[in-house]
Amino acid sequence: MKKELTCISCPIGCAMTAEYQTDGSVAVTGNQCSRGAQYARDELVDPRRVVTATCRTESLSHPRLPVRSKGPCPRDQIPSLLEEIYKMSVKLPVRLGDVLGVLGGVEIVASRSMPPR
Amino acid sequence: MRTNDPLDVLVIGAGVSGASIARKLSAYELDVALVDKECDVSFGTSKSNSGIIHGGFHHSVRHLKARLEIRGNAMFDQLHKELGFPFRRCGILVVATHSDEMKVIGQLYAQGVENGSVGIEMCSRERMLELEPKLSPDVLGGLHAPSGGIIEPYRFVFCLVESARRNGVQLHTDFKVAAGTFDGASWLVRAEDGRSLRARYVVNAAGLFADEVSRAFQAEEIPLTPRKGEYFLLDRSTPACPARVLFPVPSHNSKGVLVIPTVEGTVLVGPTAKDIHDKTDLSTTAEELEKIFDYAKRLVPRVSQGDVITSFAGLRPVLKDEDFFIDFSSVVPQLIQVAGIQSPGLTASPAVGEYVKDLLRKAGVALTEKKTFDPFIEQVPRLREAGPWEAESLIQADPRYGNVVCRCEKVSEAEIVAAIRKGHTTMDGIKYFTRAGMGRCQGGFCTSRILKILTRETGMAPERITKKGRESFLLRGRL
Amino acid sequence: MDAAVVGGGAAGMAAALEIRKRGARACIIERDDELGGILLQCIHNGFGLHEYKEDLTGPEYAERAVRGVGEAGIAVFTRTTVGEITANGAARELTCYSADHGVMRIFARAAVLAMGCRERNRGNLRIPGSRPAGVYTAGLVQRLVNMEGYIPGRDVVIIGSGDIGLIMARRLQWLGCRVHAVVEIMPYPSGLTRNIVQCLNDFSIPLYLSHVVSRIHGVDRVEGLDVTPIRNGAPDPAGQFHIACDTILLSVGLIPENELSKTAGVLITPETNGPVVDATMMTSVDGIFATGNVLHVHDLVDNVSDESRLTGGFVADYLSGTRPARQVRVKPGSNVRYVNPSRVDPGRGNRLYLRPLIVKNKAELAVRAENRQLRRVVLNHVQPSEMISLTLRERDMTDLSPDAVLEVSLS
Repeated sequence: MKKELTCISCPIGCAMTAEYQTDGSVAVTGNQCSRGAQYARDELVDPRRVVTATCRTESLSHPRLPVRSKGPCPRDQIPSLLEEIYKMSVKLPVRLGDVLGVLGGVEIVASRSMPPR
Repeated sequence: MRTNDPLDVLVIGAGVSGASIARKLSAYELDVALVDKECDVSFGTSKSNSGIIHGGFHHSVRHLKARLEIRGNAMFDQLHKELGFPFRRCGILVVATHSDEMKVIGQLYAQGVENGSVGIEMCSRERMLELEPKLSPDVLGGLHAPSGGIIEPYRFVFCLVESARRNGVQLHTDFKVAAGTFDGASWLVRAEDGRSLRARYVVNAAGLFADEVSRAFQAEEIPLTPRKGEYFLLDRSTPACPARVLFPVPSHNSKGVLVIPTVEGTVLVGPTAKDIHDKTDLSTTAEELEKIFDYAKRLVPRVSQGDVITSFAGLRPVLKDEDFFIDFSSVVPQLIQVAGIQSPGLTASPAVGEYVKDLLRKAGVALTEKKTFDPFIEQVPRLREAGPWEAESLIQADPRYGNVVCRCEKVSEAEIVAAIRKGHTTMDGIKYFTRAGMGRCQGGFCTSRILKILTRETGMAPERITKKGRESFLLRGRL
Repeated sequence: MDAAVVGGGAAGMAAALEIRKRGARACIIERDDELGGILLQCIHNGFGLHEYKEDLTGPEYAERAVRGVGEAGIAVFTRTTVGEITANGAARELTCYSADHGVMRIFARAAVLAMGCRERNRGNLRIPGSRPAGVYTAGLVQRLVNMEGYIPGRDVVIIGSGDIGLIMARRLQWLGCRVHAVVEIMPYPSGLTRNIVQCLNDFSIPLYLSHVVSRIHGVDRVEGLDVTPIRNGAPDPAGQFHIACDTILLSVGLIPENELSKTAGVLITPETNGPVVDATMMTSVDGIFATGNVLHVHDLVDNVSDESRLTGGFVADYLSGTRPARQVRVKPGSNVRYVNPSRVDPGRGNRLYLRPLIVKNKAELAVRAENRQLRRVVLNHVQPSEMISLTLRERDMTDLSPDAVLEVSLS
């Protein structure tokens, strides 16, 4: 199986190909540096993204709290993660970095502090 | 609909004609109602036009529209004093750039003199450039009509309706006339949604839809042609802003593409004139918009596409003879048709109100002056017009004057709330009343704030808020 | 007041913090409910990679500065809009409106303009068609979605491949909307490649380069739009196609918001739509400085903080009576759209910010004056959507004549 992709490690944006070899390793072509090669490998084997979203608060004046996944999470987990985040309702106050929940092994934290309103 | 007695007069159409008629009639001891199919008044042709009070020289006195234009023009100072809508008698220039155009200038001048246009003068090239230094150097001469002016047309209609209601006129919006049946003494007018009103006399002032209303009453066919006019609005900082309204020499079907200094300080360029079929087609087109700049630059070379902040289109309801038709129906009784109100409809409107009142009187309707008639309406102070001390007292009395919601046009929360409380609960209605959203950022900054205020003031769910009524919802839902 | 800073976003906060650090008194005037500016609605990550060496969200980045402002004892006026700035002798007079304080007149020895940008919109683009509900600028939708929790529509088309539009494409998909296309007039995207990949490719959203939206359809609400390809430099109606949608987002550029600057008589240049500033980031009006997006449109907030910190330092210098002994003009050369500031002080290092007109790898950036090359740098990659910053060192500017003009070029 192979994947064609554009590198995002630096602004050059090399067009790369990452392909599984018969021995199970991944061969990357088109990159100009090792960061690119690593990125391509990750995108093929285990693509991850940082998820950012908002969840409900109980405040009328500030109805949404921005949240984020602590680190990148598996890409195909994102839709179910978002579904859970949208169900959440957070009581104010919160502090930036507060862990609001752990969903599928991913920590969701508050992206800002919000006083009670 | 207070009692079972029929209304004396039902006016259909709350554009400038209907609003004027309603206000005029509200000065008499009559039960009057005003209806409109839109959710707010002035949502038809009256909101998308040039905003010009014409100088009374464009049409021969043998046309009804010319006589009403002259009479209407003269009434604006008094109306402005009573109602307080933005209005300025800045004057009009008709610009000739070819020698054969000077002949037409002569004709217009003669017409203006015959009509009684106050202060009209024929101008040499030097006089034209003295009056307007930004004119194209190709100007050969022209006409100056100092009685011409500019107004904010939707504000004018809002004021007329507010005054009419203050004096007892009932307003029913979202009232689309479906049928009228006469029982020998009065009309039963039924709306599409089932509501009905009964009135002895009906005035059809439904603009583009006057033909459909007439049909609903089984009255004569009114063969209207929608004539589209497209406009550009230029930023208030444009160097191309003239001191007076600039006209080219008119063509066979239109007064031409103008350069108009609006009373709010922006510049309107347009309109074009193209007859179309679909009376609901208010789309702007690339071809017509291109034409506008070609023509406008002939008047003011400094007009630039880079100054455009938005464009829009309006439709004129045009009759074949290009004149107004204001008279009793020749087919059914007690129905007054007010049709074909294209330019100079805005200028003529106060006189149209008078004219219809006189038609009713001649038909035997008793017109007793209402002793309690109050010609004035409440003025809502505008933050942008207030100097610092005035602003301070406004904010002291109402802190919401201190919250600037629309920063491009300097509109405060207090004015938004006033608009909502006066019944303007759509984004466009608020825009026309306050100017919020009309500036250079075109609502980019104020929209979210206005939505919040609207939700708070009306309790409306945000998904129900519309841009201009019906299905024009702004949002689909909430997370 | 020593310095009044107009705008409490990244630029205003960084400038105020620096002024305070240098011992002068500063206040921030912010029209929104709280400090943070546009960062508060930019809930995605990618901020602070340079400034903090961390990958932060907009609100996270803002909060660090907000905390700093609180700790530094900087007076903050929120829910306050500056209506006018006038130079009143030795003072800058700011006339402000606030529901809580009425009309306030703030007198400061220096003013810093940090008001940011507004978005280019449909009206500016003159897109023909009807005027239904559902046509928005991307930034407005970002605020509506991220701060109010509204869903603007279901089927979206985005006009313009600027970063804000790309970010919103992903945001809307993550909300359950369907983004049908991004339509871009240029033959290359204007946003960062990272965003093309993570916001479009990840969701298989087609990007139509060299295409224009030729008409918007819809009576009450948007019903669709027509897209026309550009061939041989002109729209080719033969290739026109229609996309049904109910929401249109415009991401077609930002314009520095300088209406307030104009009230002060500040000279604005059409090159950037921002004020002309000298080596100390001072505008054409004495004692009025400009920094951040109001000066020129940035793409990295880290650069905004950097530029604004420097500006704060210059304001502090000004307040203590220090002005550059001399300044030398800088102008854009070939393949450079503009350079800010337009003057440098040869007696110290100067940070220059510029934008390229070309896309190139291993591009050479050269600063020349009086027929000699003062500085040469090779840059791995340049593109119009990425601002370049270059520090011109004191030693690069030795032996310059008083009327020398430095030219910055790319090749």
